[in-house]
Amino acid sequence: MTTTGPTGAKLGPYVISSRFGLKQSWGIETYLAHEGYEGLRKALAMTPEDVHQATLASSILGRGGAGFDAGRKWGMVRKAKPVYLVVNGDESEPATFKDHAIMEGDPHQLIEGILTCAYATGADQVFLYVRGEMALAHERLQAALNEAYAYGAIGRNILGSGYSVDIVIHPGAGAYICGDETGMLESLEGKRGYPRIKPPFYPAVMGLYGAPTVVNNVETLSNLPWIMRNGSDAFSALGEGRSRGTKILSLSGHVRRPGNYEVEFAKLTFRDLIYDTKLGGGIREDRELKAIIPGGASSPWFGPDHLDLSLANEAIAEAGSMVGSGAITIMDETTCTVRAAWRITRFFHRESCGQCTPCREGSGWAEKVMRRIEDGEGREADLDLLMDICDNISPGVVWPPAQTTICPLGPSIPSPVASAIRLFRDEFLDHIRQGLCPFPPDRLQTSPAYA
Amino acid sequence: MRAPRQRSIDVARLNDDNLVRARELIALYPVKRSALIPVLHLLQEQDGYLSPDGLAHVAELFELTAAEVRGTASFYDMFFLEPVGRYVVAVCTNIACMLAGAYELLDHIEKRLEVSAGGTTADGSFTLEDAECLALCGNAPCLTVNWRYFGDMTPGRWETLAEDLLAGRLADEVPPHGTLNRVRRTVGLPARAPASDGAEVTGSRGKAGAQTSAKRQASSSLDKAGPLDHAGHAVQLATSRSTAAVGSILAPGGSPRGAAGDGEATGDAP
Repeated sequence: MTTTGPTGAKLGPYVISSRFGLKQSWGIETYLAHEGYEGLRKALAMTPEDVHQATLASSILGRGGAGFDAGRKWGMVRKAKPVYLVVNGDESEPATFKDHAIMEGDPHQLIEGILTCAYATGADQVFLYVRGEMALAHERLQAALNEAYAYGAIGRNILGSGYSVDIVIHPGAGAYICGDETGMLESLEGKRGYPRIKPPFYPAVMGLYGAPTVVNNVETLSNLPWIMRNGSDAFSALGEGRSRGTKILSLSGHVRRPGNYEVEFAKLTFRDLIYDTKLGGGIREDRELKAIIPGGASSPWFGPDHLDLSLANEAIAEAGSMVGSGAITIMDETTCTVRAAWRITRFFHRESCGQCTPCREGSGWAEKVMRRIEDGEGREADLDLLMDICDNISPGVVWPPAQTTICPLGPSIPSPVASAIRLFRDEFLDHIRQGLCPFPPDRLQTSPAYA
Repeated sequence: MRAPRQRSIDVARLNDDNLVRARELIALYPVKRSALIPVLHLLQEQDGYLSPDGLAHVAELFELTAAEVRGTASFYDMFFLEPVGRYVVAVCTNIACMLAGAYELLDHIEKRLEVSAGGTTADGSFTLEDAECLALCGNAPCLTVNWRYFGDMTPGRWETLAEDLLAGRLADEVPPHGTLNRVRRTVGLPARAPASDGAEVTGSRGKAGAQTSAKRQASSSLDKAGPLDHAGHAVQLATSRSTAAVGSILAPGGSPRGAAGDGEATGDAP
């Protein structure tokens, strides 16, 4: 058993979360008292090209899940007018809760980051797409926007620079798929959130209303005020390799201290995160670790043998999974992994938009077969059947997955299913041979409406 | 178990005040249809759900067919096409909450309310939902009531919460169902139309369009900024009983679960 205690891991530095916990951290008085809008002033004194270069030099990768180089993305914007900036605040990846906290906790920092990006990319209008359910985030963001106008940080002639741009806060209405950038653009156009067929591959070429569009995640842009104040060298000095700066890790599941932790990228291992007293604080009731979901519901799982893996893009990719959105879920020895994998599969089934056959049908079939195993009605042949379904959704069931559908949702379906079967085959067989789930409760109560 | 279906004749179209708000929303976008989802939220705020008459009115406003509007609305989980209870309770059962006992919590609430997830209590007080991840996983299991978050839930805390809701003690923090954002936008520049490809531009045709155009001109004079709306409307942005997501950001030595709310936080951040 691994013991809980200090591992030497450090929290911070706080690039994004420095104001969280301050009284009225969402108000402009607090923001201005703590270096608020200073980064934007610096940016506006530079040319847009120089702001772009500084972002490139910081080597910041997108924090939404795909990890695309933010500066490079901005460089792909087609030369046409108008240019739109769409900010992705539709955080819905299961077990990810960082953007929710950022939008509620420091909306001005996000607005400042957005304006910096808008200036660098020449955006004519900004849409901030906020997940519909996050009502408090909507209210604090709108209040912050009203305050920022009064302060002169947004609108016409921002901070006396001559640059003008506006941000519109746009509510989502409950659809995971709108977190996909092209699904989001469709939704923003007032339609069903169906991801768009590629090509064109990049919204930077053809995005909102067919115009060149930059799409960035909330956490990504929230780094920019710090980068502008402290310089891109200070940012790229943090972290290693392709994992620079800091990362907010959303830790959930069976740890004593679930929550968001901002840490230097690539400096911690899973062991540090889970067992350090300043971080996860160990597994609840000192139980044994069983499995780790390293990067949101779409990522393949790890067992305890990966505890010493570095929390870095490269190391996790090499081990066959991804950092993704930075959402790490811990399961202890009491967890029924069949039930856990079924629940994630059910999520994909409910959220599949239905455009592509492998995803629409595959998610439903996989969920039904998983459920019957969990209910003690499975057959041994179901394991091969499940792997066959996975193979039909994404041939080879490898990581990164082969793409058979319009968006990445479909190829994510095999992650929980194949992970659970590969890591816990015996547990599946126990369910099947005993005719019930060996973990309490042996029958999962779910509502007939969704069963 | 659903509440008695209201006859559509009882349901108003967007009322005059909301019609003004709808036109303000439309004026924010270079292409009118982009305001469809925000306006549907407005309709749901007014009626609690999207009634056939309401949808027809919105279709008229957007120069779309009612089928197009309904087709869009039906894609999204937050939009209800049938009447719902006074409080819509969404219990997250996704992975992080499930590991913290969400199904046991849901089971308890179902028994207490005598309703299955997806249904509405006979008295019309509660609609219960089995929800996907609500992004408050640091305080699992969590639920929302009319989209206001309550984390670290237990069956016992549900009992207290339900009592407080029914007694009206949470009226400040939990507004009526459908109310997404109580802070009104008071400022803004006019939307910039897309350039070339002949896409429809706001206010380009029709009666509603002409009014929209006028509204857009009016909005351009707003960019000097108006009064701070949340002050004027006394919208409480601090939380006392509900759970703010920002509380899940942890500092060394900080309370692992944060305070009950963030209104009283004392600035012990780094």
